[in-house]
Amino acid sequence: MERDKNFILGVYDDEDVLLDAISKVRGSGVKIHEVYSPFPVHGIDDVLGYKRSKLPIAAFLFGILGTTLALVMQFYMMKIDWPMIIGGKDHAAFPDFIPVTFELTVLLAAFGMVGVFMIASNLKPWGQPRIFDIRITDDKHVMAIDLAVNSSLEESQLSDVLKNSGASEVNFKSFE
Amino acid sequence: MGHSTTNYNLDQKFDFTAGLKKSILTVLIIGAVILAAGILMAALGGGHDEAHAEGGHAFHWYQRLFANLWINNVYFTGIAVIGVFFFAIQYAAQAGWSAPLLRIFLSFGYWLPFAGVIMIVSYFIVGHDIFHWTHKSLFDLSSPDYDKIIDGKGAFFFWPLEKGTFPAFFIIRMVFFFGAWVLFFNKLKNLSYKEDINPGNQSWFQIRKWSALFLVFFAVSSSISAWDWVMSIDTHWFSTMFGWYVFASWFVAGLSAMTLVTIFLKERGYLEMVNANHIHDMGKFVFAFSIFWTYIWFSQFLLIYYANIPEESVYFIERMESDVYSPFIFVNLALNFFLPFLVLMTRDAKRHGIFLKVICSLIILGHWFDFFLMVQPGTLGQNGGFGLMEFGMLLVFGSLVTYVVLNNLSKRNLIAKNHPMLEESYHHQI
Repeated sequence: MERDKNFILGVYDDEDVLLDAISKVRGSGVKIHEVYSPFPVHGIDDVLGYKRSKLPIAAFLFGILGTTLALVMQFYMMKIDWPMIIGGKDHAAFPDFIPVTFELTVLLAAFGMVGVFMIASNLKPWGQPRIFDIRITDDKHVMAIDLAVNSSLEESQLSDVLKNSGASEVNFKSFE
Repeated sequence: MGHSTTNYNLDQKFDFTAGLKKSILTVLIIGAVILAAGILMAALGGGHDEAHAEGGHAFHWYQRLFANLWINNVYFTGIAVIGVFFFAIQYAAQAGWSAPLLRIFLSFGYWLPFAGVIMIVSYFIVGHDIFHWTHKSLFDLSSPDYDKIIDGKGAFFFWPLEKGTFPAFFIIRMVFFFGAWVLFFNKLKNLSYKEDINPGNQSWFQIRKWSALFLVFFAVSSSISAWDWVMSIDTHWFSTMFGWYVFASWFVAGLSAMTLVTIFLKERGYLEMVNANHIHDMGKFVFAFSIFWTYIWFSQFLLIYYANIPEESVYFIERMESDVYSPFIFVNLALNFFLPFLVLMTRDAKRHGIFLKVICSLIILGHWFDFFLMVQPGTLGQNGGFGLMEFGMLLVFGSLVTYVVLNNLSKRNLIAKNHPMLEESYHHQI
């Protein structure tokens, strides 16, 4: 069976049931593809065993890029390209550069972080987000399990695991 | 996270052991010895150094001692009042995460009565050597020292009396601010202790009301006290940001001190419900307000630098062109901005006690240097500096404040056990 195509979905009504269920499902050796919920659930990344996001590193690097660009730009403009005396200061008056440097650092860090997040979460404009169950935008939590990844277990076994963990319904979903 | 049903021991009291008292006392004695050594060296060495006379006044070694006393007292007054301020903030913001830490914040207020007495008494002893505006001849039209600018500002100190006599308005403000701070502190403290006896939300609502009133009062009084006690040293000079600048410096130092006490108690096994999430929040405050302080410091500097008006830029010229003070400007920025900014940037650094302990201690030292730079150049001119006297006095004040705070913290329950938001704080997760 091909990976990332056929899923079995457990639908949960309550986030506390969901948190317990994740531990139970993982405890029985099933690998969870992803869990979708309509709002942030505290502690869900811990029970899913997710590593810490690398997004802050991206933000830091984009921030550094902003700092560098801002300083280089101002230095080039004020010292090399068109030197001007402002307020009797040196052409490259460093303290004057700080506000612009700060702004560009924040701007690039923010934009960079949002951009990286969009691409990493497949929310890019040309991306095709996969909707496992439309109710995850309303009031249901959905746990998706890739059948191919868990091929050692029968579909009925997976279904039992989900039901026993407190899922209110179990569905199948295939993507082209 | 989850549904812990742990029953925490809420009646815990902090045991201020004899061993702890002894260590604090040892620091106090070491500080006193260093201070005495510094005084001796200054008295014997530079006491008659009249060659460096500034502005017609011969410099005496005791002026340096006086300036030192003023630096430390203003600084630690700030840390004390920030404890009450931060406590009030929690109520005004209806914050739940900090419920088990509230008594720690509040206990810093116990230093306020001491600080008030020291400041008022010491004004009468050291005021004339610190504040240029206390010189009578400045207001005397017939004197060659007559100063039109200071004469114009005179009423701010001397009203309703004659300029150059007794600074009634100044003293009234000092007494009033300390009096009101102590009253607010007492009110909040009593309400918080009353809550231990009477469960329910009533105390919480009352504390919130008094907190809101205190915050409004503190907003005004912190600024005015900064002008009075610090900015008026450089009498000609003024900055509209100064109130915020002093407040920001106090706030970071106070937050660092509160974080240190929290970690200290946690390491000794108290505050079971306080976990990495609460420590993380304290770390965030230290990190964020270090940046806030830098923002204020730099805004004040940049405007003055850019406009380059002599009457404004003299403040920075006095500090930056001086061999004595210019290195400390960089020490100030390194300890109070670059260090916390770079070290506390990551999540892990804010969640682990060891980073916070080092950074918070250095920040407390760093903001002492900030006040050092505010006070010394205007009072001592080129005769100042950081030596034994300064270091000793810092240790003396630091250990006294620590003693008073911990001693009073140990007298009551460490945790406000009937605080309605304790349950919320157990589940705090960030």
